[in-house]
Amino acid sequence: MIPRVAEKPEHPLGKYVYTGWLLGEPRHIFCPGCGYGTIAQALTRVFIDEKLDGKKYPFVIGIGCYSALPAVLPGYSVMVLHGRVPAVATGMKLANPELKPIGISGDGDLLAIGTSHFLHACRRNVDMLLILLHNNVYGMTGGQVAPTTPTTFRATTAPYGYAETPFDACELAIVGGATYVARWSSIQVQPLVTSIKKALKRKGLSFIEIVSPCPTYFGRKNKMAEPIDVFRWIKDKSVKIEKAKGMSKEELAGKYLIGEFVERERPELSEMYRKLITAAQEGK
Amino acid sequence: MSKAILTGTHVMMGNHAMVEGAIAAGCRFFAGYPITPQNEVPERMSERMPEAGGTFIQMEDEIGSIAACIGASLVGVKAMTSSSGPGICLKQECISWAASVEIPLVIANVQRTGPGSGIVSLPHHGDMMQARFGGNGDYQVITIVPASSQELFDMMIDAFNYAEIWRVPVIVMSDAFLGHILEKVVIPSADEINKRVVQRRKPTIEPAKYVPFTYEDKGQLVIPPPPVMGSPYFPAWMPSVTHNERGIPILDERGSYKMVQKLCDKIVKNEDKIVKTESYYLDDADIVVVAYGLPFRTSLRAVREARKKGIKAGLLRLVTVWPFPNKAVSAAVEGKKAVVVPEINFGQMFIEIERAAAKKCVPAHLVPQISKLHEPKEILSKIEEVAK
Repeated sequence: MIPRVAEKPEHPLGKYVYTGWLLGEPRHIFCPGCGYGTIAQALTRVFIDEKLDGKKYPFVIGIGCYSALPAVLPGYSVMVLHGRVPAVATGMKLANPELKPIGISGDGDLLAIGTSHFLHACRRNVDMLLILLHNNVYGMTGGQVAPTTPTTFRATTAPYGYAETPFDACELAIVGGATYVARWSSIQVQPLVTSIKKALKRKGLSFIEIVSPCPTYFGRKNKMAEPIDVFRWIKDKSVKIEKAKGMSKEELAGKYLIGEFVERERPELSEMYRKLITAAQEGK
Repeated sequence: MSKAILTGTHVMMGNHAMVEGAIAAGCRFFAGYPITPQNEVPERMSERMPEAGGTFIQMEDEIGSIAACIGASLVGVKAMTSSSGPGICLKQECISWAASVEIPLVIANVQRTGPGSGIVSLPHHGDMMQARFGGNGDYQVITIVPASSQELFDMMIDAFNYAEIWRVPVIVMSDAFLGHILEKVVIPSADEINKRVVQRRKPTIEPAKYVPFTYEDKGQLVIPPPPVMGSPYFPAWMPSVTHNERGIPILDERGSYKMVQKLCDKIVKNEDKIVKTESYYLDDADIVVVAYGLPFRTSLRAVREARKKGIKAGLLRLVTVWPFPNKAVSAAVEGKKAVVVPEINFGQMFIEIERAAAKKCVPAHLVPQISKLHEPKEILSKIEEVAK
């Protein structure tokens, strides 16, 4: 038994986040063991460390458990419709190129209903950071299978085990044409923070996938009752890219490669479009 | 001379006039997707937008195009998208969202024959009810129906003005014929147009006191300037779920009652300020024809011919169809013998018109048509029939 702390100590990041300044203490509604609180803290740390102006880095948030993230995020957020994060962020960036939208989307959001927006945003190379929260299930609706649920794993709509093969979102982003692609998990916070900082300094579409535990639905349905079991499962499945180079295909089956996949330069859409406007106005 | 406003006299296709009207109204963001019969809209936009210093983008689908427009409107740029029936179906989720967070937006629907894929190049006013009831939830939009190329130009300015003043999605209903009619369009000088255009309102109070959504003050609804992402005038959390006037999610029955009531009241209770109608020969008429869009032009001829034959016919033209001009229709039909409603569908606005006429105990008669315009004699024979 962990002894109860009589008085809750003040959260060091409390004053930077929405519910912090609204209610006096930061508060989120995620389940115990969920990775989203950690991810919100990583993002808050990036904003504090880099002294970012929240107005210039709007959060564009999709539909899922993480729709409640703005409660513990710094800056300004707009919650959009299911799957439309990259499309709304594209409109924002083109209409005001001074902004750099940070899109936060889930695996159901970005890989199922919004796949086309995701791939086309990568292809266009719109200057934004797209974060995919990968927790293997549709958490908010009660634990249905997602395009990331591993084969044979159970969910509320796969009572006999999932028969399909999951997507590899990073490969999709690379094929789409994203200029920075990385995968981390909410257990590896330090490299994640570094990666977000790097992505925010770049021009072009940066894609960061974060594998995050969902003990309530994914864990419970798959004999991982305690949050720590899901953490261990993710840790066991994670293989660093450098280490994977020496491993065989069989050894890598079903593993999550962790690290930076791609970093490359390509013309960015809003910049290209400004040039086009200048040319059109000069009558070229 | 500014390239944004092409002052002068032109012969223009309806779809092109619509583009010129939008750009003159200050639209600087267009996202679209190809669908017949509205293709001339994105085509001309792609040429004209950069000249005017705005952005054109052809998105991956219909939903993406309206979502991008909402993104642009959120950063303070006037935006519009266009489509036809099947595409408008896909856009509905975002129309509902834009209504709920009160984002100014203009959507052009160049209607084609339905249902399903229908006939791509023939008109059908089959989306009149969809314009009002298409999205999920309960909300109000403003819908206007022009009837000529000149009106498409002029009414695009009105549409953007409505969107800015009332903070709602405004739907402009054109159709396959209207979009492709070549007609004279007179574009006035930039000064004259700018006098008519309502610019995007900018908040002037201090950011801490800024209320982003419509609120009630001393029994009156106040519609504040829209929030601008990238400025301090934006709620820290703008939810797409039910929220209060400060943008804080309120997920209970009282919160949603208040929000939905506000979204409906700001349009319905301001019917007098929004609704536009035109009357022709109504004063001494026995028979009233109620029409909108292209059938209005056919009806005008039928009414004139009826007058020549000694039948006292009059015409009420609906320029705005949503919110429905209840007062104007009631006043026009009161004490008359019968109402004739020619529509290019099997009775959509007829439902509303008949309801308004029934309150005044006047029988209403529909003259349906599909995929073609009425011939004046069809409307005339109905007028003659009910005049007996």
